[in-house]
Amino acid sequence: MGSFITNLGLLINATLIATPPLLLAALGSCFSERSGVVNIGIEGMMTIGAFTGAVVGLLSGNGWLAFLCGGLAGAALAVIHAIVCIQFQADQTIAGTAINFLGTGLSVFLAKAMFDNSSDTPPMDPSSKLPKLFEGVFPSGSFGANVLNNYVMAYLVFAVAALCWFVFYRTKFGYHLRACGEHPEACESLGVDVYRVRYVCVILSGFLAGCGGAFVTLATVNQFRPSIIVGQGFIAIAAVIFGKFSPGGAMLACLLFGFCTGIKTLVSQGNVISPNLISMIPYIVTILALLIFVGRANAPAANGRPFTKSH
Amino acid sequence: MKKKSIGRRILEGNFLYTVIAIVIGFLIGAVFLEIAHISPAVAYGKLASSIFGKPKYWFYTLTYAEPIILTGLSVAFSFRTGIFNIGAEGQYVVGALTATVLGIMLDVPAAIHIPICLLGAAAAGFLWSYIVGLMKVKRGIHEVISFIMFNWLAFYLSNYVVNLKVIHKEGGGEASKDILPSASILFPQSVRTATGCTAFNWGIVLAIGLAILLWVIIERTTLGYRLKAVGFNRSAAKAAGINADRSVLQALGISGAMAGLGGAVQILGMGGRLAQYATQEGFGFEGITVALIGASSPIGCIISGIFYGAMKYGGSKLTMVKAPAEIVDIIMGCVIIVIGISQVFKRLFLGLASKKRAAA
Repeated sequence: MGSFITNLGLLINATLIATPPLLLAALGSCFSERSGVVNIGIEGMMTIGAFTGAVVGLLSGNGWLAFLCGGLAGAALAVIHAIVCIQFQADQTIAGTAINFLGTGLSVFLAKAMFDNSSDTPPMDPSSKLPKLFEGVFPSGSFGANVLNNYVMAYLVFAVAALCWFVFYRTKFGYHLRACGEHPEACESLGVDVYRVRYVCVILSGFLAGCGGAFVTLATVNQFRPSIIVGQGFIAIAAVIFGKFSPGGAMLACLLFGFCTGIKTLVSQGNVISPNLISMIPYIVTILALLIFVGRANAPAANGRPFTKSH
Repeated sequence: MKKKSIGRRILEGNFLYTVIAIVIGFLIGAVFLEIAHISPAVAYGKLASSIFGKPKYWFYTLTYAEPIILTGLSVAFSFRTGIFNIGAEGQYVVGALTATVLGIMLDVPAAIHIPICLLGAAAAGFLWSYIVGLMKVKRGIHEVISFIMFNWLAFYLSNYVVNLKVIHKEGGGEASKDILPSASILFPQSVRTATGCTAFNWGIVLAIGLAILLWVIIERTTLGYRLKAVGFNRSAAKAAGINADRSVLQALGISGAMAGLGGAVQILGMGGRLAQYATQEGFGFEGITVALIGASSPIGCIISGIFYGAMKYGGSKLTMVKAPAEIVDIIMGCVIIVIGISQVFKRLFLGLASKKRAAA
């Protein structure tokens, strides 16, 4: 029984570490996609956020400032995506692919330029990372410590998700953004500035993705490495499609991914089954869940379709 | 009159804008090099001399281009049917894995061994993509999400198999055994010595041959016509009696086979064995770039694949002048963005040209 409680604690702990980066990026993706702009550049935005977070944390020693800067770096990359997709009406998938190249390329390039040709940033002091909740209250390794003594942001992300839900379904802006993704022409005829709404949403998506990346370097680990994000941005997008493009659905999907990662961390300590096979669990679960429960993806009707202002 | 129409054809085509995009990409890259206190002249000079300096570099460029021409063809072919094959990465990996396993386990003469390895890899890529197509067609599951899942499944599957006892090389680090010589597609020793490129292999012939074959399929067969019709307007194609679902499956299958072959030529030619992956290899994602620069045309993919191969090969030498090789990613990212907005340039130039003519 005791070992069950301990394992449960470890599982919750691992889930709480794995979920926030995915969830932040997925919430960002919801904004962009629901406003009608496909954003597969999330991966690159997370990477630049992770890099910026690591560098600012290292230099300033302030975890929260670093986290914010990570978000801003993601937003800066999103500005390019927004201009190219909204103003110049480029193919959004192509633009997103380019953003991924730029995000990862720039991060590693700058890391090498700043840190003597090393693609990793130097590890930072624990005090420079994001703060933890209830630090020192529970004995280390206890159930309480595993569940409650985690990074403050690991709990706050769920509040962010609730906030996103509120914005989506309870505010005028949320109503406009959803309408822009379904029928921009109708929106415009009602006096909504479609471009403005989409700009805000795409830049917000970059900000949240950048924050998600920064969580990885400022909480999960303590430095930037080129392989630190690989795939998480794409999994966040998968979670959004899985969650039917709503913040609530995306949150549940991210929790599922985070939980599977938690199981993976736990089981791989046993060393009985090949870690490579265990690592497949989240992906197999997703595919099965899609086949059995979710089915047809209902993307916003105008998603990916460039919109031309009529005046 | 005739002269003008040539000018107009240049303005209406894609080539001019691709060249402009590449120039802009290099200019922006130079800005970043300046920021990093690296002389763009030195870095680009090294890049150029690493590509054009000696004839043997040309052959290395071609060898680097092989897998990405094939993944480029894969992405380009699916684009024509209106599907974005972001899963070329996974299809490449299962192709490479299948070629490795067959290359190690079978002991048959080369005349049988090589075709079996290639066909096996193509079949693996075909299957990996076809399943995603089935999930899309039968259950309406968004292909982008399943492609991403299948990329990671392929990644871990490959690492699992590489570490199996029958495949893993004893004390040989994190890689498989070497493939048998009978599965190797390297050119004869004499050719490799003459060109100075020890990894020069038949893969480049295969890649170019398949590009031509795909061009014929797309431009000269009813299959290609149907696929394009579905890509252009699915509802209209359906109304005209084309089975859209079947077309999607065919396109995805062929697309996957190309990426699988990309994996095979890399193993049977350059690699000789399969290493455990630390991160995704990236050949599939680079294929997206190759397809975009090549304007989704098979022949265009040959040219853009060689261009990208040159950038990768030249980029790998940049550490010698202390410039990060990632400058290549930055340049390529900018190139894609400018190509993405090339419609804007096109409208601008065509507008200017018409105005000039109206004035004259």
